[in-house]
Amino acid sequence: MFRNQYDTDVTTWSPTGRLFQVEYAMEAVKQGSAAIGLRSRSHVVLACVNKAQSELSSHQKKIFKVDDHIGVAIAGLTADGRVLSRYMRSEAINHSFTYESPLPVGRLVVHLADKAQVCTQRSWKRPYGVGLLVGGLDESGAHLYYNCPSGNYFEYQAFAIGSRSQAAKTYLERRFESFGDSSREDLIKDAILAVRETLQGETLKSSLCTVSVLGVGEPFHFLDQETIQKVIDTFEKVPEDEAGEAGEAGEGEAEAAAAAAPAEQGGGGAGDQDVAPMEM
Amino acid sequence: MFLLPVSFSINADYFFLQFTIPIDNGDSVKNAEADSQRTLYPYVTGTSIVAIKYKDGVLMASDMGGSYGSTLRYKNIERMKAIGKHSLLGASGEISDFQEILRYLDELVLNDNMWDDGNSLGPKEVHNYLTRVMYNRRNKFNPLWNTLVLGGVKNGESYLGMVSMIGVSFEDNHVATGFGNHLARPILRDEWHADLSFEDGVKLLEKCMRVLLYRDRSAINKLQIAKITEEGVTVSQPYSLKTFWEFKAFNNPTAGAEGSW
Repeated sequence: MFRNQYDTDVTTWSPTGRLFQVEYAMEAVKQGSAAIGLRSRSHVVLACVNKAQSELSSHQKKIFKVDDHIGVAIAGLTADGRVLSRYMRSEAINHSFTYESPLPVGRLVVHLADKAQVCTQRSWKRPYGVGLLVGGLDESGAHLYYNCPSGNYFEYQAFAIGSRSQAAKTYLERRFESFGDSSREDLIKDAILAVRETLQGETLKSSLCTVSVLGVGEPFHFLDQETIQKVIDTFEKVPEDEAGEAGEAGEGEAEAAAAAAPAEQGGGGAGDQDVAPMEM
Repeated sequence: MFLLPVSFSINADYFFLQFTIPIDNGDSVKNAEADSQRTLYPYVTGTSIVAIKYKDGVLMASDMGGSYGSTLRYKNIERMKAIGKHSLLGASGEISDFQEILRYLDELVLNDNMWDDGNSLGPKEVHNYLTRVMYNRRNKFNPLWNTLVLGGVKNGESYLGMVSMIGVSFEDNHVATGFGNHLARPILRDEWHADLSFEDGVKLLEKCMRVLLYRDRSAINKLQIAKITEEGVTVSQPYSLKTFWEFKAFNNPTAGAEGSW
């Protein structure tokens, strides 16, 4: 995307019917570190890569609990994400207070999307620069939604956003059909494996990722480092370099695609730049 | 601040000292205007509601009378209404406030349906919404002068709860309002048990309603029984109970004290 005369404010259409400011906001999402979500019929797992500014600082919080039955993972401008999480918490608690009943996640994402849309139609505002993966439960089971700065929202079986998310998406695309009936443990493992795809060769350690789970009968909570490390240990043969090599073979999961994994990791990274603007 | 009691009334639904809130700026005209903006006393009232959980859901009974003070003025008032797919609301107290509540709930159900997303308001949600409404009005010294009974079934679970005009709210296996609290609940405490059949439930309610008919001055002999199950709400046609007035003591009621009435 190049600078042009229609991209100065969000209330200017381009002659081809695009709102460039909104598209630029979606670019901001792609710059954030990766966040991944997947769901089965009864559980939703949200995972993200812990990116720290420097070795001296701690990593930013990217996954937030909205209510016992709703969690959100963000990618992009984390400040915008924090503000929107606060809004979501407020909506959830107000609903709970009035109706003594959990806010259905499908209704929350619509409120969120409507809020984002407002910012695409006011000359004195700017779109939120954050993509949100909202996972939650309602009467019809577990759901995962993606809310983007344009004010659109989509429901997914599994999705990844942020930088190098294409690698994770490719991994998820191969496996998503089995997620619906997955057990909770398999779902967590798939989430961590997807996070590993975005690391592109770096060794996966529990300190590099944050994982959260929620499900039927299981309120939203974060997995502690030990639990995550244990899952990593089941597929990561001790030391470094060959990320793809010993990895998938370890679990008896009969992945014919195991050999293809290293190749895909290399190819996946370049994919981001050519993604069409409105894809997300 | 010094509160003046202006009236003291004993009535089935409310036993209550009514106070003015003195805003003494010397301007009685303005105070009167301010007072006309809030509910001070009820005018047309319904008497008790009695409701019980039974095997398939909830049964509720009410008569069809609307009293204007001590006059039994209206005899065809339906005091039980279906709310959404899963709930049944019964009300005693001011009829116009009940109608107002039905309008609020209508809007609530409409907005819920407009979502069109597979989620729907269950009896628990409606009950809590009503609790919030009643309590907030009470806090503004402008109550909706009703005691509400909310029953329903959702996903196989029965629900029965009550909200009063001051926002007191609770759930139970059997509830009653007004005089029903004093006359019907003792019967229910003795005779209610879980998994009543429909016939037994109706018999139990009729027993309670008969006692109320004999003893509650504002009850009339025209009642409806409503049932709510997983399938939905049905309100029966109005009917009357058989009564017996041939007790010997009724023949010469003043035998023990001539000249009294």
